[in-house]
Amino acid sequence: MGLLSSSLAITRYRVEGEISSPLMDSVRDGLQKYSIQDIDNDAPDKAVGWTAWESPFSPAFEGDSFIVGPYVVFSLRIDKKTIPPKIIKKEQAKEMARRLADTDRTHLSRNEKREIRENIIQALSLRIPATPNVYELLWHPTDGWLWFFSTQKAANEELETLFSKSFKATLIRLFPYTIADLASGLTPDGRDRLGGLSPTRFTE
Amino acid sequence: MLDVSVSYDRYRFLGNEFLTWLWHAIENTPGLLPTIDPELAALEVGNRMVLENHAHEAPEVVTIKGDDAGLEEAMMALRKGAMVAEMNLHYRSGDHEWRFNLKGESLSLAGLKPPETGAVESQEEIEGALLERVYLCEKATGLVDALYGHFIHLRVSDGWKEETVPAIKKWIQSA
Repeated sequence: MGLLSSSLAITRYRVEGEISSPLMDSVRDGLQKYSIQDIDNDAPDKAVGWTAWESPFSPAFEGDSFIVGPYVVFSLRIDKKTIPPKIIKKEQAKEMARRLADTDRTHLSRNEKREIRENIIQALSLRIPATPNVYELLWHPTDGWLWFFSTQKAANEELETLFSKSFKATLIRLFPYTIADLASGLTPDGRDRLGGLSPTRFTE
Repeated sequence: MLDVSVSYDRYRFLGNEFLTWLWHAIENTPGLLPTIDPELAALEVGNRMVLENHAHEAPEVVTIKGDDAGLEEAMMALRKGAMVAEMNLHYRSGDHEWRFNLKGESLSLAGLKPPETGAVESQEEIEGALLERVYLCEKATGLVDALYGHFIHLRVSDGWKEETVPAIKKWIQSA
């Protein structure tokens, strides 16, 4: 669902906060510092980071490759390892049987079972590749707005957190109240009235 | 400004009221719309509408979809106290057409199909294609902002209770 797709989903944001000058150097620094790290052969089950718009599986932010006209274009990538629960259950059963046979016992304690399960998940995490999800975004740093090409709640929350860490600026999601308050040109009296509104009933 | 998550929940009714007002405006005061967006040639309700009724403890949701679906059930849901929560819109400006779903809760656009542009055949054409796409998407977001801006000014004015609400009530009861 990216910018050049035939069908798009857009969540809009206002960017609050001053990005350090020179602007594009600060943007590049933030993108490089928080670019996605490969976790395929590591234990973590999740990674979140920036990647290049045109080459999402080889993140690189050299030169001006992420600048298009007045916009900055890049992607958020969320890699997640999902281990099917049935595989965990199977491996856990095999390991418990082996442990019982080795120690000549009939039961394992709750702690032992938990430890076996954790070890299995850790071992499987090293073998299972992460599934990548890529979400494009378009940022107009001078005008202070950003479009995120997804309406998924979890992806939007990851974006808001990572953006704040990377650029020391806050993303304010634009929805009915924030658009009314920040971007509709209401007078101070209008904004006061906005705060006191309650739902209308069209059937009473 | 209020905390964002607090304001999202407390004022989520605004988006549904906006879409209900917009449906009423499309059906009853089409002459108003070009005064809000001078480049608007036509704005129509498309092939999907979702209505929510929060009058009861468990919200009721009515979904109408399909190219041949009538909106009689949607009107019946309005009569029972529901509001439009999501609406598919067809927007025409000049020779171009945009289609998208607008969700009241977030005013986010989904399934946005801007007018088609030429195929991108080389790396050099990507930048131009992207800028053209942004321009076309801005037409759709600009329309939503203009319509919502008009609505919210009306919503905080005395005219809302004195004129708009009675007109919408009359439309709902008479349809």
